[in-house]
Formats: sequence, C-alpha cells, structure tokens
Amino acid sequence: MSEMVSTQILSFIQGRFPQAQIGETDDIFACGYINSLFAMELVMFLEKTFEFMIPNDELSIDNFRTVSAMTALVGRQRRGVTVG
Amino acid sequence: MTVIGVVGAGVMGVGVAQNLAQYGYEVVLVDRTEEILAGARAVIARNCRMSRLMGGPALDPDAILAKITTAVGVEALGKASAVIENVTENWDVKREVHLGLDEVCPPETVIIVNTSAIPITRVAAVGKHPERVIGVHFMNPVPAKPVVEMIPGFHTSASTIERTRELLSGMGKKAVDVKDASGFVSNRVLMLTVNEAAFLVHEGVATAESVDEVFRGCFGHPMGPLETADLIGVDTILYSVEVLYEHYADSKYRPCPLLKQMTDAGLHGRKTGRGFYNYES
Repeated sequence: MSEMVSTQILSFIQGRFPQAQIGETDDIFACGYINSLFAMELVMFLEKTFEFMIPNDELSIDNFRTVSAMTALVGRQRRGVTVG
Repeated sequence: MTVIGVVGAGVMGVGVAQNLAQYGYEVVLVDRTEEILAGARAVIARNCRMSRLMGGPALDPDAILAKITTAVGVEALGKASAVIENVTENWDVKREVHLGLDEVCPPETVIIVNTSAIPITRVAAVGKHPERVIGVHFMNPVPAKPVVEMIPGFHTSASTIERTRELLSGMGKKAVDVKDASGFVSNRVLMLTVNEAAFLVHEGVATAESVDEVFRGCFGHPMGPLETADLIGVDTILYSVEVLYEHYADSKYRPCPLLKQMTDAGLHGRKTGRGFYNYES
C-alpha cells in the first residue's frame, strides 16, 4: 500500500518538475529548483488524492521534505481514520 | 481598539488584512460583492492554515478571521483611523475608489495607496485632502515580507508620514523611504528584469527554466524572474510595464509581446494554473 502511495507522490513531483531525479529520501527543497511554495501544492495534492484533511499540527515543512516523509504522513492519517 | 480599513480583497488586500489581524488590529475589509468577500475569507483561512508550512508563525484561522469584518462598498470605512487601498493597478478603478474614500473618510483618516507603479501624487490629487494620502508598496505574500517601500506624495504631510510609519511598525514592517516616481525602486528594476527575461524566451535565446536557473545558480536568488512573474501574475507584470512605459515615455519599458499574448491567452501564472510554468497536476 505505502509503495503505491509513494509512487503516486513521486510521479506528481516529476509531473511538475520533469528534470527532478529524486529518490524517496532526498530532500526535494535542497535540489535548488523546488521552493516552499510547492509545499502548498503538495498539501492540496495529498488531501485531494488520498481524501483526508491534514491536521494543522502536521503542516510542518519536515513532513513534506521527502517522499518517504509524505508517505508516512499519509499512513498516519489513514490509520487515524480507521481507528477513529 | 484601532480600526483599519482595507479596500480590495484580491491577493494583496487579503494579505494586508491578515497581517493587520495577526498584529491585533480590528480590520474592515471591503470589496464590490459578497461573493468576493466570502472567497477572501476562505483564502485567509487557507493561508493561516499554511502559515507554519511557509516559514511563518502557527496561526489559528478562526482567531484571525474574528478580527476581520467584511462589507460591500467603501461606505463601511467611516470609522477607520487609516485605510489601505489595494485595488487593481488600473487608473480608472483607483480614481473611482479614491473619490469614494474622499467622501466617506473624515480628513484625519490616513489614506494609504498600495501600488507598485502608479504615482502617489496623481492619486492624492483625486480628493480634497492630498496631505493625508501616502503610498506604501507591500510585497507579496504580505504577512511574510518584513520590508515595504513608503512613498510620500508631493503634498503628503509630516504627520501622515509619521502615523503611517507607526502603523507599519505595528504590523511588523520596516519602511524604506522612497521618493514618488513611477515604479519606485523595486519595480523600476524588477519589471524591466522580468520583461527582458520574457524577451529571452520570446526570442528563443533560452527556455524559462534556463533563465531562472541562471538567476538561482549564478546569483543565488531564491527564485528566478519568470518564476517570480508566475507568482506575481503575468497580467500584473504586463500592466506594470505598461504603466512605466506610459509614465516615462521611454522605449526601454516597451512590453514584450509574449507577455501580451500570455495575458490574452489566460496564462497568468500560479493563479490560473499556467504561466511560464504549468501548475496543473
């Protein structure tokens, strides 16, 4: 499941930045051409694609720095939905 | 509690209103329709939610919105101690709004014109009290940018300057003093840079990606000029260059045809999902 999530996130980033050669644990904001404005797009994308609202206390830049951090964020929210 | 009026609920007006509310001011935000104002409240709620993500403080959207009252028309601004006007950079629109403010606001109300290119003295001449009119060029996104240009017009009084500086300092802004000349400092330079960058793409000298990479990689700018154009709005860039061209009658400000074509085609940048870059997923 998480593999599918990370593939979707990766292809969204590469759709916007075709030159991006990034791995799951690479800091996307450190590559020089992606700035924090893109973090806002990532929030919209994750909320729309995975159909949940990211809680305000999870909206910190570290949760959007790498594909694996975003995959973990999606996982936490999904577990939250199942439990709650 | 000090009440500050904000005219225009577009990108800049919404940012100014949020910034004021963050710093404890009571805000009356006005625009032409209830629909625009409802949209503005939604944008403010979203921007507050994203604040920490963009490097700002954690903000409670409900607490910020509780300090902002919205109303249709400038008539609601009679009790404001200062009014910050942020309508479109279009002379006819600005003129009409300032005629209205001149009627509604008592002479002691400070009228602040948020503009990137229109001369303040020209705006001040619309009403009967040019001494209370002053320009402030806020940067976008307003709550995140700590420095503004402050521009007194020809007749602006010392007390208007002092009260504006106080208000800006109360909003967490440092004011850089600039004399009244179309485009001030920032846009005299920035708009020409963006316009020339557009010419490079138009002539096929470089792609938008390459132009921006040169500015980021060689000069250490956080964003290149064409990314910046997409953020500001390609249409806004065109209007600003046209204002400079009209004002100085100098061919160095001739707008790049690509900016015109993109504006006509609706490629206005981030706000329409496409500009020099594509933002649609």
